[in-house]
This record gives sequence, structure tokens and C-alpha cells, in this order.
Amino acid sequence: MAATTKFDLKMGAATREAFGKALVELGRKNKDVVVCDADLSKSTMVHWFAKEFPERFVSCGIAEANMVAIGAGLASGGKIPFVASFSVFVLNKGFEQLRVTAAYPPGINLKVVGTHSGISIGEDGPSQMSIEDLALATALPGFTVISPCDEVSMTAFVHLAAEHFGPVFLRAGRPKVPVVYNAGQKFEIGKAIELVQGKDVTLIAHGLMVAESIRAAEILDGEGISARVVDMPTIKPLDLEAIRDAATRTGAIVVSEEHLVDGGLGVKVAQAVGRMHPCVMEFVGIENTYAESGTPAQLLEKYGLTAANIASAARRALKRKG
Amino acid sequence: MQQVKDLGEIQDFCKKIRRHIIEMITEAKSGHPGGSLSAVETLAVLYLEVMRHDPKNPHWPDRDRFILGKGHACPVLYAVMAECGYCPVDQLITLRKLGSIYQGHPDRRFLPALEASTGSLGQGLSVGLGMALAARLNKSPFRTYVMAGDGEIQEGQIWEAAMFASFHKVDNLVAIVDYNKIQLDGFVKDIMDVEPLTAKWEAFGWHAITLDGHDIPALRAAFAEAAATKGKPTVLIANTIKGKGVSFMENNPKFHGMAPSRDEMALALKELA
Repeated sequence: MAATTKFDLKMGAATREAFGKALVELGRKNKDVVVCDADLSKSTMVHWFAKEFPERFVSCGIAEANMVAIGAGLASGGKIPFVASFSVFVLNKGFEQLRVTAAYPPGINLKVVGTHSGISIGEDGPSQMSIEDLALATALPGFTVISPCDEVSMTAFVHLAAEHFGPVFLRAGRPKVPVVYNAGQKFEIGKAIELVQGKDVTLIAHGLMVAESIRAAEILDGEGISARVVDMPTIKPLDLEAIRDAATRTGAIVVSEEHLVDGGLGVKVAQAVGRMHPCVMEFVGIENTYAESGTPAQLLEKYGLTAANIASAARRALKRKG
Repeated sequence: MQQVKDLGEIQDFCKKIRRHIIEMITEAKSGHPGGSLSAVETLAVLYLEVMRHDPKNPHWPDRDRFILGKGHACPVLYAVMAECGYCPVDQLITLRKLGSIYQGHPDRRFLPALEASTGSLGQGLSVGLGMALAARLNKSPFRTYVMAGDGEIQEGQIWEAAMFASFHKVDNLVAIVDYNKIQLDGFVKDIMDVEPLTAKWEAFGWHAITLDGHDIPALRAAFAEAAATKGKPTVLIANTIKGKGVSFMENNPKFHGMAPSRDEMALALKELA
């Protein structure tokens, strides 16, 4: 599935905002959708759903562990519960509940939504920043894990998550992000999408690093390096064909993400590459540390989550590729 | 089910369940006899008389649900479910063995008639509340019963759930605390006292009924009172004896999590004849 090649990115809505709006549409379509909130509805944007469907909105108070298990019980009773909070709280405080009540019993149709992922939440600082959520969510057998990059893909994945039977973790961000896709783009769980064609190196990313990878491709293009850009919104299950394709066609891969390098998409891609078709790889992500307070732009710059840094990683990879 | 039995018939059933528990755990060479034996009467009254359920149709959407929060006491649940016809009685002695449907803690992958997989303490009540909310949203008459251990309620999540249940007026759920006064490390009062227990639940907005958890008519009356209580959840504080029915196991912390020897099994079965 190829999208239109474009370096021209316009600012769009935050993925949490797209999630909140799509949830209302979904609620109109499907009466079994129920939303659980832990006192963050105005931040996770589920307050729109609460306003339109108060009878299907469950206020759990600040008690994420209880909320996750309540969601699992609702799912057992035939509902399609979306439990939403900041990613750092729902996954860290609710992790064992996710494990025992949603992952290991079969057939629990629970949807977990973590907003305010990564360090781009800015001023609130590291206690609120989820930089290990994908490592945790992908460690739950049976979970599908999705990190959309813009409002168009988030809207599509909210509906796809509801249609998919089984537990899903959906990752959203706080700041506004560029619109990568044209309206009408088709998405599938487990499928990556080539955004920019190229032959020297493949830049794989998810979340807000997709737009940065497109900008990096533009920088590299100016230097005569032809970089492909692939959006990989589904972290689990991995699109192995897309990874094989990247390894065989370009022989060099850079994976960029707003997450710890340890346990993120990069190491999973590296594992797949190692099994299928070894090639040189580089990783752009948060390196074994917590961030701090600052503006989102300052933090992304300080912790290396920029187009310039992706371009440097691509040059390093190409040097080794020879 | 839901048929009032003769008192002697239920007492005989309880004795049979206790014999299964002793045989299963002895055969497995590990397990938790004390907290299984303390919960026998509650499960017997629930499964024989109180709950609307159909072992031939375990996924009937309007069935009442039972969740064993204290999952380590699963021998009592397996034995009761088997005697009701959900699963084979003759396989009970495969408890904890590779490939058995009777896993060391309740596991729906192996026994799909279970309502929840449990074993990590403190989570069953929350799951039950989710089911009770689903019943309300689906306008289904089913009721949900959750048994928690007295040690289990030291978990913070129990009190998150307790607060939630009264706030949302979940009156189609009943919690039962199997208050047998002993946990793994010793007596509850010495490890982390949970008293004043009734006052705690009442302070969290629950209708609390304190009773002797081995007294069958008292259990019947308490479940009827719970069903008649509207606008708030009900908790039964069931005062029980850990190891009930086997003299050398009663009130003996050693038998929280230790299997009887062959000789001890013979002695126990003689007492339960």
C-alpha cells in the first residue's frame, strides 16, 4: 500500500484529539462501546464520548489498576470497553491487571488507550512521560499494539481496533502533529505503509517520528542520498514482509521512535532482520535515561528525536553498508 | 440449579467436596488445603441453591457468575464445579499436573467454564464489577459473586473496587470475604490486621452481613438479604475456620499452603467419612 510521496507536511490535530473524536463516531455506530476513565477525560479527550453517551461512560476515579480489571470484566460481559488514561499510568499501574485479566485469559476484547506517550508532553516532566509503554504492551502475549502517526491514521485505527476481536493497545500523543496521510488512505492492522520511495536506506518510524523521517529524507535527498520512508504503525504483530523488503531492497535500515531504544520497535525490527536478512541498522530513540521539563520542541531536540539526527544515523549506516 | 436442598443433603455434599480437596492436594503433593476447606459451605450454597446457572450451557449469557479472587483455593471450586457437572470428577486428582484442566490456579485457557483466570490477589472483585456493569448495560438479570480471602483484602485494589462499587450503586454483585484468620505467613492479625472489618466495608458504602460461614441456613439467609438489598453492594463477612473439617488442619497455619502426607490423608478421610 503506497501513499502519495510528499515532503510537504501541514500541521494537524494531536493524535489524542483524533482518538477522542473517532471514539464518538464509533459510539454512534456501535452501542457496545463503553469508555472507562481515570480522572483524565479532558486530557485523553474521552470527555466528548462522556458528554454524548453518559450511560456508557464509566468514571473510575484515580484508580488505574481497578479500571483495567473492570474493563476486562465488561469485555467478559460482551462489551467493547476502551480504557483510557495517560500511557504511563494505564500501563505501569495497570500492567499486572492487563497481564492477569486481559492478556492471559483467552478472548478478552479490551481496548487500552495510552495518551501523552513519549517526551513530547513537555513541561509536566518525566513522571508523566511514557517512554517504556511499547516494551510493556508488546510483552503481553495476544495483544495488538498500534502507534499511529497522525490524525488520519489514528481515526482509522480506532475503528480497526474496535473491529479486531482481542486486546489492543493504542498509543496517542499530546502535541499537534503534521498530517502525513491524505483523507481516504486505507490502513490495516499489521501492515506498514511506504510514504517516500528510495533505494539507499529505509527510514522506519512510528508516531511523531514518521514526520521527522520524511523531513530527514528531504535532507538526505539534498545530499544525493535516496532514502525510503516507511510508517510502521503496528508494533505488534510486526509486518515481517515490509521489514524483509527494507532489508533486501536498501540493505540499510534506520528505526526512529519516541520511546526508549531498549524494548522499542527498533529492537524488534533488528530481531526480524537478524532472522530473515541481516543488514546494517541504526536506531534513533531515547537512550537509557528519563527526560525532563521543557517545551516539546526543546525536549525532542535535546534527546535527539529530530530529522537531523535521523539523517546522521542514515549516513552512519550507509558508511558501514559500504 | 437454584433448588432448596435438604440440610443433610448439603452437609453430605460438603463432606464429599472436602474429601475431594484432601485427595486432590495430596495427589498433587502441593496446594492450599486450609483456605479450600474454609470456603466449602459458601460455594456449596451458591452452586446448589443460590446461583442461576446451567452446567450443560456454561456460556448462557444470563447465567450468574462466580469468581474466586483467592485463586489458590481452586481445589474447592474445581470439586464443586465437577460435582455440578461442569467438568470430570474422575480427573480431579490430576490437579497441578502437566496438561490437566485443573491448573494450580484457575485458568480459563484450560477450563473455559471458569468466569475468570485468577491467582494474583486483589483483582477478582474488579473483574466482577465489570461483569456486573455489563449486566446492567445489557439489562440482563445475572448476578455476580466474588469470593476474596482475608489476606487478599490487604491488596489496595480491593479498596479501589470497594469505593467504585458503592459509588456506582452496584447492587447486582455480592462479595464474600472468607475470613478464616490465617494467611501464608501466619495469623492475619499478626501479619497485617484487617480489623475492624465490618466497619471498613460499611465505611466504603457497602451493606455488610457478618455471619458464620459454615452455617448453611445463615448463608442462605444472607444471600437472600443481599438479593433484596437495592442501591448498594453487599458483602458477606464469613467467619470461617481455616482447614475446617479436619481436626489437625483446623486453625493451623501450616496447612495454608502445604499438602498433607499420605498418612495425614488417611486420617483426614477417616474424619470426613
